[in-house]
Amino acid sequence: MIADIYNYLDGNAAAGELSKIFVMDVTAAEGQCAHCGATKRFAEAHLYMQCPGVVARCAVCQNILLRLVNAGERVWLDLRGMTYLMLETPQLSDSLSPK
Amino acid sequence: MWRVGTVVALHNETATARTITLEVRDWPGHVAGQHVDVRVTAPDGYSAVRSYSLASAPNPEGRVQITVERLPKGEVSPYLTQEVVVDDRLEVRGPIGGWFVWRTQQTEPIQLIAGGSGIVPLMAMIRSRASTGGTAPFRLLYSVREPGAIFYRDELQALSDHKHSVSLTYAYTRSAPKDWPRPPSRIDAALIANATWPSNLVPTSYVCGPTSFVESAAGLLSACGNSPDKIRTERFGPTGDRQ
Repeated sequence: MIADIYNYLDGNAAAGELSKIFVMDVTAAEGQCAHCGATKRFAEAHLYMQCPGVVARCAVCQNILLRLVNAGERVWLDLRGMTYLMLETPQLSDSLSPK
Repeated sequence: MWRVGTVVALHNETATARTITLEVRDWPGHVAGQHVDVRVTAPDGYSAVRSYSLASAPNPEGRVQITVERLPKGEVSPYLTQEVVVDDRLEVRGPIGGWFVWRTQQTEPIQLIAGGSGIVPLMAMIRSRASTGGTAPFRLLYSVREPGAIFYRDELQALSDHKHSVSLTYAYTRSAPKDWPRPPSRIDAALIANATWPSNLVPTSYVCGPTSFVESAAGLLSACGNSPDKIRTERFGPTGDRQ
């Protein structure tokens, strides 16, 4: 399906780009692939950066999980390849968790 | 958020790799294994960003180290390894990444596997363990082209001679020292079986190197019975200056 299987990085490598948008570290978050249902850390996704933006694919089924494109003063973010992202918020859990 | 880092020391690790020590004002601290983005801007305004793993253990002084390998066709690495001088300023964003990290609270056996300059974030883990007097069992399998390509050689030697030491295995891919027991070759199943923790100890493994190396090492670890959930990887690709 993909000609060069060694042209990707780990989802870890998107941490800098994602830190421009999200306050929390998304790469350590757990996400579910909307196509195959695999549940993995975003850091484990396959990341393709040799394109106008960043594309992250599911390490199991290669479905596109995330697309991020910088265009001038805008950033486009497509997350429809994931059904959810679960972020750990230890510093917030006391105040926000249900009693 | 970009911060300004001032170059306070430079040290050549090999003929092509250099460690840059930066003092970063208001550095928030980091965890071993994290990386930083470095932005360099030319006089004409053109700028380029590259990611580099932090080599230094967390410290209260706000000093961070990166080790940069010069890539022949690199855009940024020739500048960082040949032109930067003390007192130069670089823009730094980070620390970045919360997955490929080792925290001092971890007590389980740790297997580190480095391919070439993939040693850098693993060295931060080894230094972090040493600087906090940690006793978590650490093993390092370090694959390099040849003896002259080893980063941090003396420090690794000292740390592996020490009590509660890190057990260290070198694997050479192109040329080995005289009388080295294993002929130069890529890592294989026999080496992984001999030089890594048995899977029944349930080690956490950190593998860093070029994508093809990481692919192969992670596959061999998994074939030896290690759960993929316990294998964390950081690849750097054939293009760009990432390391």
